[in-house]
Amino acid sequence: MKKIVNDPEAVVQDMLDGLISAHPDSLKQLPGSTAIVKKDAPVTNKVGLVSGGGSGHEPAHAGYIGEGMLDAAVCGEMFTSPTPDQVFEAIKAVDGGTGVFLVIKNYTGDVMNFDMAAELAEAEDIEVEKVVVNDDVAVEDSSFTTGRRGIAGTIFVHKLAGAKASAGGSLQEVKRIAERAASNIRSMGMALTPCTVPAAGKPSFTLDEDEMEIGTGIHGEPGIERKSVVSADEIAEELTGKILDDMSLNRGDEVAVMINGMGATPEMELYILNKKVNQLLTEQEITIHRTFVGNYMTSLEMAGCSVTLLKLDEELKSLLAADSGAPAFRV
Amino acid sequence: MELRANDVIVWMNKTNERIQKNKDYLTTLDQAIGDGDHGINMARGFKEVVSKLEGSEYSTSAETLKDTAMTLMSKVGGAAGPLYGTAFLKLSTSLKEKDPVDQTSFKNGLEEALEGLKQRGKADVGEKTLIDVWSAVIEVFTDNYSPENLAETAERAMNQTKGIKATKGRASYLGERSVGHVDPGSVSSYFLFVALAETLKGGD
Repeated sequence: MKKIVNDPEAVVQDMLDGLISAHPDSLKQLPGSTAIVKKDAPVTNKVGLVSGGGSGHEPAHAGYIGEGMLDAAVCGEMFTSPTPDQVFEAIKAVDGGTGVFLVIKNYTGDVMNFDMAAELAEAEDIEVEKVVVNDDVAVEDSSFTTGRRGIAGTIFVHKLAGAKASAGGSLQEVKRIAERAASNIRSMGMALTPCTVPAAGKPSFTLDEDEMEIGTGIHGEPGIERKSVVSADEIAEELTGKILDDMSLNRGDEVAVMINGMGATPEMELYILNKKVNQLLTEQEITIHRTFVGNYMTSLEMAGCSVTLLKLDEELKSLLAADSGAPAFRV
Repeated sequence: MELRANDVIVWMNKTNERIQKNKDYLTTLDQAIGDGDHGINMARGFKEVVSKLEGSEYSTSAETLKDTAMTLMSKVGGAAGPLYGTAFLKLSTSLKEKDPVDQTSFKNGLEEALEGLKQRGKADVGEKTLIDVWSAVIEVFTDNYSPENLAETAERAMNQTKGIKATKGRASYLGERSVGHVDPGSVSSYFLFVALAETLKGGD
């Protein structure tokens, strides 16, 4: 294992220290916790938005803290959900009196820990609502999940729900937007190489030199098929095809596209992929309203990508276009 | 039976001893059908419980169980943290102002804990989870209570998870391949109830 780390057991705390040093004016870490919070939180009468999950998916989720997106991100250990007490601290820190909304990726541990935090908050009279994002069409029920997994499409939920909260939306209005967003998002990924959790020291799975895996999860969970590496166009066809099979898109529908890198894939390759995804959608007369290309939801140094489509309506379009102060998501 | 604050401390110490001794065994079981962190997580959590309980003063079982719950919830992580945290929190709430705890109150408390586990885990009896052990143990406190019967019942329920096909938790993606493996959460719950049986028996 070759990595820029000090103590492999301390990577999360070391990262958070560096993160705060990079954004001293906009972020703070709650003492004794791994919750990163927007410096001016709580904002009175604004619904607070909290997300989080295991670390190793940077810039998710702390990179999405900013005006118009998240108010807090709770950073768990590597690929491990944060604990309820930490999520609870974040909820308290962003509650401006009108409730707190949680965006949770669908993993068994995350759902349980965030649910428990919500109960702790409700016991202290903080109103909490949530959405569980399960955008990955690759597999039902995997090693970390009952049902579908939550992956890169989660970032769109941060954006849309965050914009609604910043526009003065009530907790119920934010929930309505988040649920509508989540039900209109589909994603699918693939991997060329595995990733290595620093404390483990070795890759969680192996792929041969000429092999790739379709449908791999963001923790290296098994996908649906392993085969020889094919061209970017063929990868784009396979991922986009699976997504479209699962989504009711008609001629003239508008979508936002996210081409996401898993950590070690050059932007060049992501743009090569986007060329074909764009062409496939255009052929089906689906209108591409916005495209986002970059590393949004990574899996350490895994090489690979995911494609996400978000079906838009007028309200979602205006929320997507609203300003974002989050360093990792610009519109 | 009767349970006081000090008995809960002894119970947790005995549980911790078993978990520490079987940390690698739990990990091996979890590597077979889960993600392999159950031993490490439980060992870390119960070590913290013991040091928390040692460093505090308690007058009731409920207070002792509440600190146990909060420590497990914040230190175990994964899915086991919220599950055990929920179970002990429900038990603690149910035993408030019931000190010393008698058999009926304890049985009622375990029933609350079981309900909490079912809700948190969105699972039921017979799905190859720790719920199978908790549910079996409640029967012991309904009638025919003895420490020996408690230990035997917990062991039987744990072993029965071997023949079940997992449909909940991380083992579920293995489907039929999960048959033949005992559920790691059932094993840690078995350790918990064997330790309780030893505590209630007194001595050593």
